[in-house]
Amino acid sequence: MIRLERLSKVFGTVTAVDGVDMEVPEGEVCVLLGPSGCGKTTTMKMINRLIAPSAGKIFIGGRDTAGQDDVALRRSIGYVIQQIGLFPNKTIEDNICVVPDLLGWPRRKSRERAAELLSLVNLDPALFLRRYPKELSGGQQQRVGVVRALAADPPVLLMDEPFGAIDPINREVIQDEFMKLQAALRKTVIFVSHDIDEAVKMASRIAIFRDGRLVQYDRPDDILAHPKDAFVADFVGQDRTLKRLRLVRVEEAMMADPPRVQAEDTLDTAVALMREHGHGSVVMVGPRGRARGQVRLEAADGRRGLVGENHEPLPGTVLVGDDLRTAVARMFEHDVTWLACVDADGFYKGYVTQRGITHLLGATYGKRS
Amino acid sequence: MLIATLRTSSRLALLAAVFALGAVLQARGILPAMATYRQDVVYLIRGHLWLAAVSGLLAILIGVPIGILLTRSRFRLAGLVLAQVVNLGTTIPTLAILALAMTVLGLGAPSAIFGLTALTLLPIVLNTAAGLRAVPRHLVEAARGMGMTPGQILWQVELPNALYVILAGIRTALAIDVGTVPLAFLIGGGGLGELIFTGIDLMEPAMLLAGAIPTALLAIAVDWLVGQAQFWLVPRGVNPLR
Repeated sequence: MIRLERLSKVFGTVTAVDGVDMEVPEGEVCVLLGPSGCGKTTTMKMINRLIAPSAGKIFIGGRDTAGQDDVALRRSIGYVIQQIGLFPNKTIEDNICVVPDLLGWPRRKSRERAAELLSLVNLDPALFLRRYPKELSGGQQQRVGVVRALAADPPVLLMDEPFGAIDPINREVIQDEFMKLQAALRKTVIFVSHDIDEAVKMASRIAIFRDGRLVQYDRPDDILAHPKDAFVADFVGQDRTLKRLRLVRVEEAMMADPPRVQAEDTLDTAVALMREHGHGSVVMVGPRGRARGQVRLEAADGRRGLVGENHEPLPGTVLVGDDLRTAVARMFEHDVTWLACVDADGFYKGYVTQRGITHLLGATYGKRS
Repeated sequence: MLIATLRTSSRLALLAAVFALGAVLQARGILPAMATYRQDVVYLIRGHLWLAAVSGLLAILIGVPIGILLTRSRFRLAGLVLAQVVNLGTTIPTLAILALAMTVLGLGAPSAIFGLTALTLLPIVLNTAAGLRAVPRHLVEAARGMGMTPGQILWQVELPNALYVILAGIRTALAIDVGTVPLAFLIGGGGLGELIFTGIDLMEPAMLLAGAIPTALLAIAVDWLVGQAQFWLVPRGVNPLR
């Protein structure tokens, strides 16, 4: 969708961007990451020609941007900046409609679109359309900033540290909202950030810049698992393995189709089952398969009775859709080495163990080395 | 609460002072004497306002575009030079400007209007430029990134956000303009200066005041009017008054 070819920018004697080659496929979020002054913002601004490239080419959807009218090009690309940049003299409605108005959309159509977009980010149109930016909180303003960029439904979105100025709690919320929007809209997004955690969370690809050069361009998991050099390893942090926990769903590390017992089974059955699988405990499920409790081997061994009368509560469960970070946090919280995994309705789907998780992360490391 | 009390009491004090002044003037017979110039005052106010309006309008029409040009990046160097010239202009006393204008344009309204316009220009130019420079850069950047042309950025983003400061400059400038129009009398321009300067020459305080008081009232009225314009014209989102 977006292709950069030997893209360079020289300011006087300083080379800000040096021969960058990369391609962002349609519908992906590409995070340009690096310390300040590494050329990531300059690279992004060359895409909508706010900065003219010194050398190299940029193709969007196969068309060379150099041949197009700058103004028309920019109207076809959504743009979000860190300072939000809502126009204080315009109402929220008029702010959202800036690009549709520039494109000459019929007023009714653009105003309906503004209301629709506002409700997409959980702002009540009846309440907010007529307000001015100064009457909104920072988080609300940046939500408007994002939907303003989406107003004319551009295929490409450029975001320059869009959530950098928002407090950490709100930032997480807005990031999640944006990911939800993105999952539905499938825009091609170029996202500038200096925050590795944000990048890991949002990106389908991460491009790491240093001194104007593209050092590594890979999927987030590959960047964390196989940093190309010491700089990348240092930049992603000593705890990069922990960061990877965020990228893997419980589902992927889970042992599916696990052994289980029901309330009316005898303890003997449970013990035999645990011995057979080499487990120290087994989950008791309800009649329809919901996780209800557990029986431990050391508690059940040598005793008689029914599972239903001798079970203990589960120390904790985790949703199959959660990431491994949540799973590990919950293991530490309850001081256990395994967790039962349930789906949103509480049905028992499998279990994750600490060994299973370390093994999974270790396996990816082994792959290339 | 305290501020409200202070405000009420100062207002009362002002009323009392005006009343006392009126009483003193009445007792000395100045007020009745002033009343005899009523017809002159009405006639001269028209000329006074005409001079102020024409010079003020010219100053706005010239000053705002100059202020805008000063802030355009391609005129940056020219802008600095121009700003210095305008600044130098203010160091020349108003009377000297009028005298200079008279030597070129002769006696009468044209040279008066030229001098007054030159005088009124400065605050308008400076405030327009200052207002535009104060528009945050990221707003202009956002506008450019969304595909506005330079003209659209000026009209939709820069001017609305600078309007309050621009109007503040116009407000000051017009009040000064109205207050300076009396000097136009010295080069045959007319206006309330006729009563003021003749009153001074004839040592006739009633005549002097019959010109000076309406001049002051006019300046206050113009200031109030532009203040209203500031209140209603500046978009609510960037209006500190609303």
